[in-house]
Amino acid sequence: MLQAVLDHYNYWIAILLMMIGFYTVVARGNLVKKIVGLNIFQTSVFLLYISMGKVTGGTAPILDERFSVYSNPIPHVLILTAIVVGVATTALGLALVVRIRESYGTIEEDELDLLDGET
Amino acid sequence: MSSLIPQLPALQVVIPLFAAPLCVLAGRTGLAWFIALAASATATLTAAVLAYLTYHNGTISYEMGGWEPPWGIEYVVDTASAFILLLVASIGTMVLIYSPASVGKEIRSGRGHLYYCMYLLCLTGLLGIAITGDAFNVFVFLEISSLSSYALIAMGGQRKALTAAFQYLIMGTIGATFFLIGVGLLYMMTGTLNMADLQTRIPGIQDSRPVLAAFAFITVGLALKAALFPLHLWLPNAYAFAPSGVSAFMAATATKVSLYVLLRFTFTIFGAKFAFLNLPLYWVLLVPAVFAMFAGSFSAIFQRDVKRMLAYSSVAQIGYITLAIALASSAGVTAALIHIFNHGLMKAALFCAMGCIFYRIGSTRIDAMAGLGKQMPWTMTAIVAGGLSLLGVPLTAGFISKWYLVQAALQSNLWWLVVLIVLSSMLALVYVWRIVEALYFKEPVAGNEGIREAPLSMLLPTLLLAGANVYFGIDTRVPIAMAENAADLLLRGQIW
Repeated sequence: MLQAVLDHYNYWIAILLMMIGFYTVVARGNLVKKIVGLNIFQTSVFLLYISMGKVTGGTAPILDERFSVYSNPIPHVLILTAIVVGVATTALGLALVVRIRESYGTIEEDELDLLDGET
Repeated sequence: MSSLIPQLPALQVVIPLFAAPLCVLAGRTGLAWFIALAASATATLTAAVLAYLTYHNGTISYEMGGWEPPWGIEYVVDTASAFILLLVASIGTMVLIYSPASVGKEIRSGRGHLYYCMYLLCLTGLLGIAITGDAFNVFVFLEISSLSSYALIAMGGQRKALTAAFQYLIMGTIGATFFLIGVGLLYMMTGTLNMADLQTRIPGIQDSRPVLAAFAFITVGLALKAALFPLHLWLPNAYAFAPSGVSAFMAATATKVSLYVLLRFTFTIFGAKFAFLNLPLYWVLLVPAVFAMFAGSFSAIFQRDVKRMLAYSSVAQIGYITLAIALASSAGVTAALIHIFNHGLMKAALFCAMGCIFYRIGSTRIDAMAGLGKQMPWTMTAIVAGGLSLLGVPLTAGFISKWYLVQAALQSNLWWLVVLIVLSSMLALVYVWRIVEALYFKEPVAGNEGIREAPLSMLLPTLLLAGANVYFGIDTRVPIAMAENAADLLLRGQIW
């Protein structure tokens, strides 16, 4: 059992981070904290992808006569795209938080609901 | 010209993508609008040519950048994707023709060109999702369309638009990330991202845990983006507080494209047998769909804002489409595709008409528009035509949808489902009647005396869209032929 956990420790870390991030998004009322949670959630997926590309004993995928085993670079490249998307999402989310703060004077979800009359 | 034809699948996405930054560089709203319209009209033309070619000559495969699939990104146009491309591009163009007056009224001056840039990016994303044959590419386009639509929604005039956009951003990102996890797990097991390649590799490993988890993540992620009950919470506020043109465009296309991806993954990639026999996708889709039909319609009845009412109605209509997908039969998938098309027409017409009313009275509250029937007769005609189509009255497009849906349910021997479909349509009668009653039979509100008909530039596209609802209720050849062909393609070799 313990061995099964240790052998796949990268997946356990990814899932742990995923749950922490997801919980933060759901449970926190502060909009900035929600964005932070969203970031952790996305980062866990980045780790999932990156760690799956690792080949045991493989080096960085640079062509060289001395090496024949390489890590798979495709997940890394894919995740580069996903990181860009994540940055864009964070930037847009924070920009929205700034404008919400300007027009409502608060970034706490329950106070916003009160101001919107949606309690 | 003939040398352009092989490049059309790439141009379909590239033209709106490159036109978007041009809108920003243009700097002036009028010029940006012109660029956006030209790009969007070209996209419509491209989609029409592609639809014609695929319908007659079969599927087109395009190697992006000359990289051979499965290593490179492949664009695949078959009748199913061409059908969606045509819907997205033509509604996008119609709404753009409609936009200048409403943008002038609703978007802060000096921001118009940015609006059109975002609009084109959203269009690019939606077209890209439909055309790509690469699972990861779907995620990229999904995020392009989502990020631009968050920005578009936030441009709505009221401050509630900001909270609505934020809520959508959170839920949409979670949905897209779920999708990303699913695609990652599939890549881990198969080593490929090409859809056709995935299709051949999955059957051998379909009982492994990661593949099952991938299927679950992808389905839930897409259901979130498609606003399937109970994951629809972002939708009502997003549609209600977005600028009029954005509401019309998004209500008609955004959720539909997610449903198309769901169809693609369920039938083409995983296969109906895996999803419906090995796994209980039937119940997973059917139960929320039925709840959506009733919960959406009930909530719509009690709304005081018509845009919000129509948004809840969309939740119900997405229920119908999902229901048809859940039947997993040739008739069911045909009905789903037909309703995707027809519901796009209805909601585009109705939201455009609401934009006309908003343009004149600055509100879409039902009590604010009382008695406007005489002052804005043409807008009201559009509302009535769209409303009848929403109900499924004969001679409207909505009737054709309901007809196919009921037939599909009967074919699967689910008569109780037919009863539920008819019952929930009755609920639609209640909220459509509330609008009609307010417009024609209520005393006009004080202060609305001087209201005239909306400007022609808004009225004409609205009436065209409303007219399309009637036209496609009478002449059903094109959508039905395409939907049936697409359903055959999606279910190919999977009749069971």
